Amino acid sequence: MVPLNWYILLGTAVFTIGVVGFLMRRNVIIVLMSIELMLNGVNINLIAFSHYLQDLRGQILTFFIITVAAAEAAIGLAILIALFRNKATAHVDDIHEMQG
Amino acid sequence: MLQQLFFAYFAVTIIVFSILVITRRNPVHSVLWMLLLFFHIASLYLFLNAEFIAAIQIIVYAGAILVLYLFVILFLNIKEEIKTNRFINAWPTGFTFGIALFVVFILSLRSFIAAPPGIYSIDVIKAETHTKALAKILYTDFLFPFEVASVVLLVAIVGAIVLAKRRLKS
Repeated sequence: MVPLNWYILLGTAVFTIGVVGFLMRRNVIIVLMSIELMLNGVNINLIAFSHYLQDLRGQILTFFIITVAAAEAAIGLAILIALFRNKATAHVDDIHEMQG
Repeated sequence: MLQQLFFAYFAVTIIVFSILVITRRNPVHSVLWMLLLFFHIASLYLFLNAEFIAAIQIIVYAGAILVLYLFVILFLNIKEEIKTNRFINAWPTGFTFGIALFVVFILSLRSFIAAPPGIYSIDVIKAETHTKALAKILYTDFLFPFEVASVVLLVAIVGAIVLAKRRLKS
């Protein structure tokens, strides 16, 4: 029997790798993919809890997270296409119209 | 023992693939590593007796979302992308923040206390089949969140079309 802590550690590791990728990469597409990595880390945790606590509500929550991830990917990539049309760049440090 | 061995294989491959996803120079390679990553995560779900979620993971993530990413990568100039710097100039800040976050998570893990187990043990799910048990909860207790999720998807469809379409001449 694999302990629950191992699954939590794995989910945490995937989440952290997603955070690091989000903060480090220049390319906007990879940044969006890092968000997907973070959501997957959370999903691993939720499914593990759902199995070990014998409660299906964790899997329902995963269901909603996958829905939101799909919506987020569609909206994010549509914003990216609008950005390409106006700026022709995909690098986060080239986008500084708002002086950020 | 065999279970631990299988888990160790999946844990190591999942972490290695995640690191490969965020460090590859070519975005197409990143997407392909991510495809492999999603398949491994789906098989991890099978270990946890969540076969419906495993199927959804492959169909929605690997089948729909990654194809969307591949389409948008076609807009990029890959040849130029390979030559430029992968990371922003302030990358040590982000790296330090990520490592610190990991340490905080691990420290908070020690004070974790498991809740009392619910009614859906493996035998109950086996008697009722997993998808049916899941659907029973989804369409009774979680009916309102389910409707909200459908509205979220509708907003995503409309928003994606409005944002990505060419502006019409008025």
